[in-house]
Amino acid sequence: MKLRKDKLLSFGFFLIALSTLSALAVITIFIFVEGLPIINKVGVINFIFGMKWAPSQGEYGIFPMIIGTLSVTLGAALIGVPVALCVSIFLTEFAPKRVRTILRPAIQLLAGIPSVVYGFWGLTFIVPTIRTYLGGPGLSILAGSLILAIMILPTIISISEVSLLALPGLYKQGSLALGATHWQTIHRVLIPSAKSGIMAAIILGIGRAIGETMAVIMVLGNAVALPRSILDPARTLTTNIGIEMGYASGEHQQALFATGIVLFVMIMLLNSVAQFIVRKR
Amino acid sequence: MIPLKFIDKKVRSVGRFISFFVLIFVLSLTSGCSGAKSVGIIIAGSTSVQPFAEALAEEYMRLNPGFVIDVQGGGSSAGVMSAKTNTADIGMSSRNLKDDETKLWSVEIARDGLAVIVHPSNPIQNLTLKQVRYIYSGVISNWNQLGGINKEIHVITREEGSGTRSAFEGLVMNKIDINPRSIVQDSNGTVRQLVGDDAYAIGYLSLGLLNDKVKAVELDGVKATRENVINGSYNLSRPFLFITSVEPKGDVKKFIDFVLSEEGKRMLDAEGLVTFDNGGTQ
Repeated sequence: MKLRKDKLLSFGFFLIALSTLSALAVITIFIFVEGLPIINKVGVINFIFGMKWAPSQGEYGIFPMIIGTLSVTLGAALIGVPVALCVSIFLTEFAPKRVRTILRPAIQLLAGIPSVVYGFWGLTFIVPTIRTYLGGPGLSILAGSLILAIMILPTIISISEVSLLALPGLYKQGSLALGATHWQTIHRVLIPSAKSGIMAAIILGIGRAIGETMAVIMVLGNAVALPRSILDPARTLTTNIGIEMGYASGEHQQALFATGIVLFVMIMLLNSVAQFIVRKR
Repeated sequence: MIPLKFIDKKVRSVGRFISFFVLIFVLSLTSGCSGAKSVGIIIAGSTSVQPFAEALAEEYMRLNPGFVIDVQGGGSSAGVMSAKTNTADIGMSSRNLKDDETKLWSVEIARDGLAVIVHPSNPIQNLTLKQVRYIYSGVISNWNQLGGINKEIHVITREEGSGTRSAFEGLVMNKIDINPRSIVQDSNGTVRQLVGDDAYAIGYLSLGLLNDKVKAVELDGVKATRENVINGSYNLSRPFLFITSVEPKGDVKKFIDFVLSEEGKRMLDAEGLVTFDNGGTQ
């Protein structure tokens, strides 16, 4: 009797697990069904490498947005990753217990701030600052990168901290016993040993940056042209969908779904790389 | 691992489980439909017209207690489409009907002017239509080419598909592309905010949404005012249309009559739009 109840319960949970999977399937199928026709019509090469995006004239080229996505994400990684690594090393190796108990939840709180708040803060603080001190319209790749760098901090910090904490204590003790200094231990022993976890953390952080939409729409300027400098406005794949979905219909709407397909593939690839790295460990 | 044998035994209950959800789904759909019927009138379309339609609907519902009007956005194209397919009783559009859409019934409830705006500190008072076109196509890129200071112009436009943008393209650009390097924003509000913050920016928005944070420039020497839109001397204006699939009757006709009545016109006038003496059908 008890066994049956158990089985029934486990079956219930199995069904619920299945429902999340089916949500993924439904969304994936929907995006592809809606988006593929326009890619077929325009041609994969023309769609991905096309320079002109003018749906009202039937021109659908998303190359400037791919470059926009890559440059904003790269910028965010260049700013965010070193900071995040330093913080996670500080948390695991240097921070006194009291500091740690304050710092760690504070960083988690960063993850809880809605992205529209980040965007609004960026628009009213970062954008005017860039405009005043560096020139240009302020709405720029630099502004987007700065905002995203802050937004990906919690992801990278917490995952790399976990992987540093997971290292056996023997590593550190052995290194110190051999006469290595604390810093030598960190940078020659601990970081290389936790490398795969840290790499996964960075890739997941980058995945977050690629997928972020709202904050980026507000500070990036959304121009559909290849940026010439980090002070130029740009558009990412996500913001293309976010900014134009309100009025899009027909082929234009399909093209936005097609943008989603490209984004989907990019993020899937990134996540598989992250999974692969973690599993290799 | 999935307990295969176990699933085999339970297939029937899975079926029951699924049919239960299907039942709920279908029920929610049908109840949704019957709910929509009791709404009265659904109006959908241009987000430029939406706030005005909402104000009118609110007043109409106050005058006719128990009657419900549901106003939704979606954009001009969606508005035309929803009138055509009868998903909405009235579609809203802030652009004229295209050639393949003229079979629909439509009425211009008001006219909206577009204002070209700059920062209040900008010394430039007047631009020609041609100059605006050159600024937006990228031919003119510095304010000193227009007699202003030696600073790059920060051009702000609206997103593809926006009624305001297509009105601007039709009225100003004369089939020339807007420079893709222009900054794109997705609402009148953000355009106004950015131009108000940036001394070197230029943008455009609905005349009714002007405020003192930005300055509307004169076009070819004509001020962007209501009066000039009515008398036709100010060129940048666009129609606000109500569209139905067939000649309206019943509740829909009553509401449209209200919108075109003195009362409705007074409200639209008060909101900054321009109305006519004869809201002529097209």
